[in-house]
Amino acid sequence: MLQPFVATPYVDAVLMLSDGTYFLGKGIGKKGTTEGEICFNTGITGYQETLTDPSYFGQIVVFTFPHIGNVGTNSEDNESDKIHCRGIVLRNTITTPSNFRSQLSFDHWLSNQKLVGISGVDTRQLTHHIRIHGPQWAIIVYAQAGECLSLEDVHRSIADKKIELTGDLAQYVTASSPYSWPKKSIQAGSGPAYKLVVIDYGVKHTILNLLAEEGFDITVMPSTVSFSDIMALSPDGVFLSNGPGDPSETGKTAVPVIQHLLDNTIPIFGICLGHQLLALAMGLSTEKMHAGHRGANQPVQEIATGNVFITSQNHGFCVSPKHIPSTVQITYRSLFDQSIEGFCVTNKPAFSVQFHPESSPGPHDTRFLFAAFKTMISTAKKVYA
Amino acid sequence: MPKRTDIHTILLIGAGPIIIGQACEFDYSGTQACTVLKNEGYRVVLVNSNPATIMTDPTLADCTYIEPITAEFLEKIIQKERPDALLPTVGGQTALNVAMALYTSGCLARYGVEMIGATPAAIEKAENRQKFNEAMKRIGLDVPNHAIVRSLDEAKRALSLIGLPAVVRPSFTLGGSGGGIAETEADFMRIVANGLDLSPTQEVLIDESIVGWKEYEMEVVRDKKDNVVIICSIENVDPMGIHTGDSMTVAPALTLTDKEYQVMRNASIAVLREIGVDTGGSNVQFAVNPATGRLIVIEMNPRVSRSSALASKATGYPIAKIAAKLAVGYTLDEILNDITRITPASFEPTIDYIVTKIPRFTFEKFPLSDSVLSTQMKSVGEAMSIGRSFAESLQKGFRSIEKGFSGLSQVLIEGTDPHQSYEANKPAIQKALKRPSHIRMLEIAQAMRMGCPVEDICEWTHFDPWMLEQMALILHVEKSLTENGIPRTKEAMWDVKKMGFSDARIAELAHTTEETIRHIRFELGIHPVFKKVDTCSAEFACETAYLYSTYEGNPYQVSACEAFPTNRNKVIILGGGPNRIGQGIEFDYACVHAAFSLKEEGIETIMINCNPETVSTDYDTSDKLYFEPLTAEDVIEVVLKEQENGSLLGVIVQFGGQTPLKLVKALQSAHIPILGTSPDKLDLAEDRERFKALLDRLQLTQPQNDICHRVSDLDATIQRLGYPVVIRPSNVLGGQAMAILLKASDLDRYILANRDILLDGPILVDKFLENATEIDVDALCDGTDVFVAGIMEHIEEAGVHSGDSACTLPTISLTPAQLQEVTHTTEMLAKEMGVVGLMNVQYAFQDNKLFIIEVNPRASRTVPFVAKATGNSIAKVAAKVMIGKKIRDFSFNKPRPTHYCVKEVVFPFGRFDNTDILLGPEMKSTGEVMGIDTTFEMAFYKAQESAGNPIPKKGCILVTVHDKDKPRILESVRCLASLGFAIAATKGTAQFLQKNGIEAVSVNKEKEGGDHLVDKILLREYQLVVNTSLGEDTAESFSLRRVALLNRIPYVTTARAFYAVVNAISKLNQDPEQMTTMPLQDWINRV
Repeated sequence: MLQPFVATPYVDAVLMLSDGTYFLGKGIGKKGTTEGEICFNTGITGYQETLTDPSYFGQIVVFTFPHIGNVGTNSEDNESDKIHCRGIVLRNTITTPSNFRSQLSFDHWLSNQKLVGISGVDTRQLTHHIRIHGPQWAIIVYAQAGECLSLEDVHRSIADKKIELTGDLAQYVTASSPYSWPKKSIQAGSGPAYKLVVIDYGVKHTILNLLAEEGFDITVMPSTVSFSDIMALSPDGVFLSNGPGDPSETGKTAVPVIQHLLDNTIPIFGICLGHQLLALAMGLSTEKMHAGHRGANQPVQEIATGNVFITSQNHGFCVSPKHIPSTVQITYRSLFDQSIEGFCVTNKPAFSVQFHPESSPGPHDTRFLFAAFKTMISTAKKVYA
Repeated sequence: MPKRTDIHTILLIGAGPIIIGQACEFDYSGTQACTVLKNEGYRVVLVNSNPATIMTDPTLADCTYIEPITAEFLEKIIQKERPDALLPTVGGQTALNVAMALYTSGCLARYGVEMIGATPAAIEKAENRQKFNEAMKRIGLDVPNHAIVRSLDEAKRALSLIGLPAVVRPSFTLGGSGGGIAETEADFMRIVANGLDLSPTQEVLIDESIVGWKEYEMEVVRDKKDNVVIICSIENVDPMGIHTGDSMTVAPALTLTDKEYQVMRNASIAVLREIGVDTGGSNVQFAVNPATGRLIVIEMNPRVSRSSALASKATGYPIAKIAAKLAVGYTLDEILNDITRITPASFEPTIDYIVTKIPRFTFEKFPLSDSVLSTQMKSVGEAMSIGRSFAESLQKGFRSIEKGFSGLSQVLIEGTDPHQSYEANKPAIQKALKRPSHIRMLEIAQAMRMGCPVEDICEWTHFDPWMLEQMALILHVEKSLTENGIPRTKEAMWDVKKMGFSDARIAELAHTTEETIRHIRFELGIHPVFKKVDTCSAEFACETAYLYSTYEGNPYQVSACEAFPTNRNKVIILGGGPNRIGQGIEFDYACVHAAFSLKEEGIETIMINCNPETVSTDYDTSDKLYFEPLTAEDVIEVVLKEQENGSLLGVIVQFGGQTPLKLVKALQSAHIPILGTSPDKLDLAEDRERFKALLDRLQLTQPQNDICHRVSDLDATIQRLGYPVVIRPSNVLGGQAMAILLKASDLDRYILANRDILLDGPILVDKFLENATEIDVDALCDGTDVFVAGIMEHIEEAGVHSGDSACTLPTISLTPAQLQEVTHTTEMLAKEMGVVGLMNVQYAFQDNKLFIIEVNPRASRTVPFVAKATGNSIAKVAAKVMIGKKIRDFSFNKPRPTHYCVKEVVFPFGRFDNTDILLGPEMKSTGEVMGIDTTFEMAFYKAQESAGNPIPKKGCILVTVHDKDKPRILESVRCLASLGFAIAATKGTAQFLQKNGIEAVSVNKEKEGGDHLVDKILLREYQLVVNTSLGEDTAESFSLRRVALLNRIPYVTTARAFYAVVNAISKLNQDPEQMTTMPLQDWINRV
């Protein structure tokens, strides 16, 4: 029997998991209730980028690093125009920021963005729990002072929900209509300005900026874009972005489009969800991971060279290693669990990676892939001309 | 790619004696490298002059040479051992420098030795300031505006370009030795002149001052396939301008956004690639302008460093071990992460706690020296602490350094009055905070208590406001403690403990005792939990028990503890805490041996220590490591946790020096079993009255002594005992203010100089034994049998602290009867005192009469020296004896070997201005070396060479000695003269020598003016300075000793040391080839 608790200056919030595990703590951000799928991120820096990454749509993010908010927030480090995750869980309360670029304190920003969060949680114990028991639904209640909460009721409210958010999550975060990028002028690289269509399943700004730096002429299109709408722009290449959720759901509409693009030998580069969708289009399958990869220290090995790169990752699904067709060549593997981190199509100009070469947050080790994409387009023009 | 099979024998060079800037961290890295390479099947040849290290244990390397780390000796070893490769990157700057010397001289090429880990070109590029700056420019990284000068003229010109303040650093010196920040032109010229002199390349770098900028370090590891990983970022809490070794630091960096962190990460990787460090660990230091974010590269070390030891302990990623594997050809993805045992070493550790490092200073040993921190390192040790918040980590750190702080303790800011307003105190506060003292963090807290706003503190100290805000949070809780008294509710206690307050600190603030607070806390059921250092923030399961405590969760829920005590028989070993003068690596050696030894017995070993430099805090030295402060509270919590399961046989307190002994009472009252010699017997040795009674009963003699409770009684007491006397206040640590008084006028001066300390409590007075020979004995006892493990004779006469004396094993002047008496007395004392484990006794022979100076029923500083000299691993046996084994179960080598082992010490005098180099009853040395040879003279010669005070073979010596010593040096000088040395002497000494038929040139003392001896020393006219001085004369000759020290002219300051030097010279003259270079393993087999 769970005891009710009264919000006091010591505890005024609770994080409850669907299996009944709960943590009392102090609320941060907006008062109220929020629900989402709980996941942990092991990155030390880059909380602002993480929270504004559309891939975190629907999730409650546990930061394993205990001090979050130290450097405040600024207008430059957003990866989209708002926070996409549903809640955050921290070890320590947020204190006054210090950084020469800081414009707004982190807790102010959270309140402005109406995010509910909880601090004072043993995030290490929670991370252990998620690692062992896998992903599950969770709720954060940030109570009013003096409010009396029945933990029993809080638990009952989510106990039956396994994962509430199903279906195509990209639809919630994608662009409502096509737009071109850069919005601001970014100094472009040399070489031809290839036309690029970015299919936005939840694209991060840094991806667009890095593509723009390569000199691409970019049009961002909604996730439900049709093959003909894409081809109407006669693109030199198509980029499949990152995004939230189960790839097989988003794939219901996306995969036929991608297969069409492949049939027409349009050069393709996919990242994260984009990678999983390309895999589905190639006849591979995807599966839910036990705890996912979320952090900025993930080693991947390039199979051709044996080189190791430290990458930023954020995914709860991965490409299954079963039934790999002969036209798919695995290019990268995770050195943590040997899962597939990238592949290329041997008879088409297409490749994708599970990790985030744009990083932000995270190491820049694999940013060369954006230039590699451009090279692939140039080569394709000669080979498939 | 697998390891290299084209190399078989690898030469490893250690760092030599512990000095400021090179401490235990290189024993840690060297031990790791040694073990790894041996396990990989290579034949490892190790050279290190430091006998106190674990790496020089004869079981670690295949061949261990305890020889001077000089090009000359190394060439002999290379010639003999013919190594295929040399790994120069795990022995600090010492190893790097000598490796470069061997490369430059062509020795490596001559014998076909390949440098692995770092190539000569890379070392040159990283170490040579000009080449480094050019390299940085090539990769587009910013460096401070700078110039390199080789003369004072060039320096003047450079100054006009760079401006003041300017930073001056000599090339190729240790820990920035000889550098400084110049505020005025006069300062500037003085520091440059000194730097030019100290730099082996006569090269000084002058930099734009970036004092006050933020300072960061990145620890980087690279393999031969160009895979690079960052192990850890470190943020210095003290801003630029304070040597990173003297800075308080935190890991990871806490005030960088991801954008800035990645810029720094990219820059670090670019630096490694450009410098060309092919494999291994390096450290890159950055400065960041806090206002603009401008990033500047300060320097890089192409080797493992103090910071990499810290980073290894902070993350659990063993940099030195990995670096050694990479050096022989492995790549990062081929090596497994030891901690998780399922993931590879090719990843970046991510941590879920805050690590704080706080340096430990010993300015009290050098009271005349300026205690302001600068770019020249002055700290002698450090403590690391781990907590789940900055506040917790910081407060744990302050209690870890063992300076009597229980947390952010109150300190007095000079010139302030707590009853006055902040405005009234502001000028004094400003003055104090602008001066970077070694307790600046505490002064900042004090300023905050007096109402000083964070903005003012930022401006004066350039500390990051985030850290200051965290301190303000601590002080906020402190205030509520002061106002509300003892926290009696679960909530209130929880709030306080979560901010890292120790029971002792809470007691101070709530005006009660630590025991009361502990009792209340236990009643409330509030205990810390233990979390693991796992390299991955719990992303993976972790098998390694590397733990720290934290107050986690909230008052209503119990958090998960990861300590999981086993059901085994276990022993807890308490380490020695931060290095300091008087307590260093020797005690870590003993603790590590205890762990190894009890493991052999199938006992679970549990280490508690907080010194990140050491082997004892390596996660695989013991079965379990608790990285915790060595206070009663922290130790008791670990004990309680471990007692939850299995059987705790007891706690070992006799191996970690004074640190664990201070906890005995608290442990005892918490009913925690102590292994070995009982607490009561430990007290017997400490308690003056009880000890005196014991000696009386055994009819043993102590120097006559007495105790004075008032300064005014001193004169009468001393009159009764008769001059000379040794005097010391009873309540100060480490022999501070201990002095030898020869006559009544000395007493007046002494009282004047130490009045404050003397008013504090009783003063102990001992009759001083003049002209006595001091003997040090280490023995083992199991309660019934005694094994006298080693009898050492000091070179210097009694009166010089035993830790500062050179000594020899076997003895050279004792008669068989005297040796018999020492052995017999030691046996008697050990049995009477109920020693179980180790014991050290200090004796003095005066006119064939044996005096007991001191008995310590614990591991002594000389334990590793004795072990290496005799081949008897006495610390290991002692640990086994403590769990019930008997001495007769073991076999020993003869404790009196046929070869000679001489221990010599090294001093940090060069780091502390205004400090005399004369030896006295207060210990001042930081480390030791050992010389081994078939004769005493050659062993002594080697020890001097290793200590950096090499004995000249020819030239001119300057002799200026105290009247008392004149007859004692006569024959030595005569001998040198006969060997062709020219003799110069001050007037009195010269007359004396001439009268005795020795030709000596008379030179003026400094005060006599003209062409005086200080100038002549500066001109390097003398190859050896012999100066003894006593009492009031010391002030007069101070500058002469100081100049000799700073100009690295070999010197001796006692008649006996001079005698030993002359014998060595004379022996060498008879036969220059008679030195024997032989591995320790072979010496021991001869025993």
